[in-house]
Amino acid sequence: MNAGPMRAGSRLERVLRSGRFAVTAELDAPDSADPNDVYQNALVLAEVCDAINATDGAGANCHMSSMGCCALLVRAGYEAILQVGCRDRNRIAIQGDLLGAAAMGVKNVLCLTGDDVSAGDQPEAKRVFDLDSIQLLQVARMMRDQGVLLSGRKLRTPPKFFLGAVENPFAPPLDWRPLRLEKKVRAGAEFIQTQYCFDVPRLQQFMRRVRDLGLHEKVYILVGVGPLRSHKAAEFMRDRVPGVWIPDDVIQRMAKTPKAQQAEEGKRICVEIIQQVREIEGVAGVHVMAYRQEEAVAEVIQRAGLLPRQPRVPRFAIPSDEGQGLQRSPQDARQEVAQLSALASEPASANASVQNGRL
Amino acid sequence: MVARMKEARRMPGAEWLKNHPRWLERIYLWTKRFVVRAYPLMKRINPRFANWLMVRSEEALKGWAFNCQMCGQCILHSTGMTCPMNCPKNLRNGPCGGVRPNGHCEVIPDMPCVWVQAWERSRSMLIFADEIKVIQPPVNRTLQGASAWVTMIEGHDVQTPHGWAMAARQEVER
Ligand code: SF4
Repeated sequence: MNAGPMRAGSRLERVLRSGRFAVTAELDAPDSADPNDVYQNALVLAEVCDAINATDGAGANCHMSSMGCCALLVRAGYEAILQVGCRDRNRIAIQGDLLGAAAMGVKNVLCLTGDDVSAGDQPEAKRVFDLDSIQLLQVARMMRDQGVLLSGRKLRTPPKFFLGAVENPFAPPLDWRPLRLEKKVRAGAEFIQTQYCFDVPRLQQFMRRVRDLGLHEKVYILVGVGPLRSHKAAEFMRDRVPGVWIPDDVIQRMAKTPKAQQAEEGKRICVEIIQQVREIEGVAGVHVMAYRQEEAVAEVIQRAGLLPRQPRVPRFAIPSDEGQGLQRSPQDARQEVAQLSALASEPASANASVQNGRL
Repeated sequence: MVARMKEARRMPGAEWLKNHPRWLERIYLWTKRFVVRAYPLMKRINPRFANWLMVRSEEALKGWAFNCQMCGQCILHSTGMTCPMNCPKNLRNGPCGGVRPNGHCEVIPDMPCVWVQAWERSRSMLIFADEIKVIQPPVNRTLQGASAWVTMIEGHDVQTPHGWAMAARQEVER
C-alpha cells in the first residue's frame, strides 16, 4: 500500500509503511505533576507497541495534558502520538499547540472531536468546539503542506506531522461511517485509530465498504481493542462511555464467567478479537486501550503474538532490554524510571542532538 | 435539574416538514430566487430596515422550522435540511463518535442525533443529496446573529480564512 510520500518519518509511519502490523497503545495521563507517573506507565507500554497515545482529557476528565505527556515521552526517546481534541481549545490555541508540539519533536498527531464536557467530572465547563475534527485535520495539514497559519501568515519552519484521525465504525449512522472516513482522508488523515471493537462482524461490514471505496489503499487503519476488566466494567462501558458498543454476547460471556476469572476472560476475548481483526484485509494494526491497566495491555499484546516490537533505542544502557521487557526485574524498572525523571528536569536542548540521532 | 439546551428545542410540525426534505429543497430554491432579487431593492430603499427584516424573518421562520441558531452561514441544503448548529458540539462535517446505539445524541440523550437525521434526510433529497460529502470550512464566528440570506447575497458566508483558501485552491489544482 502506498499513501503518498513520507510525511514525518516518525517510527509509527515507518512501521506502517513497511507493511508490518502496527501496535499502538494508550497511555492514561496521570492526575499528577510528577513525571515519574508518566514514565511508570510508559515503561510498560513502550516495549509492546510502536507508539504511545497520550490522551487529551479523555472522557472529559481533567488529567495531565497530552502536550505535557508527549513532551516527557519524546524526551525519553519514546514514540508519542499527540491527541488534539476540539472540546477545550479554539483554533488559535490549537495551532499554537501544534507548533509547540512539533518543536518538541512530536511527529504524530491524532485529531479528534473529543467527548462532551457532560461526560466528565466538570460538566459545568464551557464546551469550545470551535473547529470540528475534520477542519482540525485540514488545518494541521495546511500548516504542514502550505506552511501557513489559518490567517495565511507564513511559518518560518512548518511542522512535520504524520496525521491521524479517529473513526467509530460501531455507532450510527452505520452506512455513513465509511463515507465519513473518506471525508477524513480527503481532509488529510494518514492513519486512523478506531473506537473499541467488540463486534467483529460489524467491523468486517465496515471494512468491506472501506475497501469498496479504495480507502484501505490511502489510509492505515488501526482497530481499537482492549481487555474488559469484569462484567461490571463491561456494562459500565457500554452504558456510560460515549461511543462504545459492546454486543450482548460479549456481555453474557463475561457474566457467565465466575468473578475471579473475569479479568482473564476479558483478556482472552481481546486476544481473540485481535486475531480475527488481523485477518481482515485493510487493517494495518491495532490500537490497544485499557483504562489504568497497562500490565493487562502488555499481556494481551504478547499473547496475541505481536511481539517483539521494534524496541526503543535506549537513551541509557539498560541491561537486557530487547524483546523480553515483560520479564524485567522491578529494580531495573525503578532504576530506569528514576533516570527518566532526572532527564525530565534537564533542559530540552541537551537532548536535541540525541533525539535527532535516534530517528 | 438540568436545564434544557437550546439545541434540543423542536417546534410542533417542524419535524414533519424536515422529514420531507424534497419540499424544502424546492422552497429553498424559490426563496433564494426571490430573496436575491428582493433584498437589493429593499436595501436601496432603506438598508437598515432591509437588514432588520431579513434577520427577524429568518429568526422567526428558520427558528421555527430548523431551530436555527443564526450562525449566519447557512449550509442547511448540504446537511439534509437539518441544522448542524443543533449539534451540541457544533460539528459541521458529520457526526462525532459518541452517537448512541439508538441513534440519539451523546450530549442530549432524548434527542435524536442531528447527523443521523441529516444523513437519512439527505438520502431522500433530489438536488442536494451529495452535498453532505463536502468538507465544510471552519465557522466564521463573526457572522453569528447575521441573516444568512444577506451574508449569502453579499458573499460573506463563503469567505474562508486565507490559509484555508490557499489549501483548498491547491487541493483543486491537484
Ligand atoms: S443559518 Fe446556521 S444556524 Fe441557522 S439553520 Fe442555517 S446552518 Fe443552522
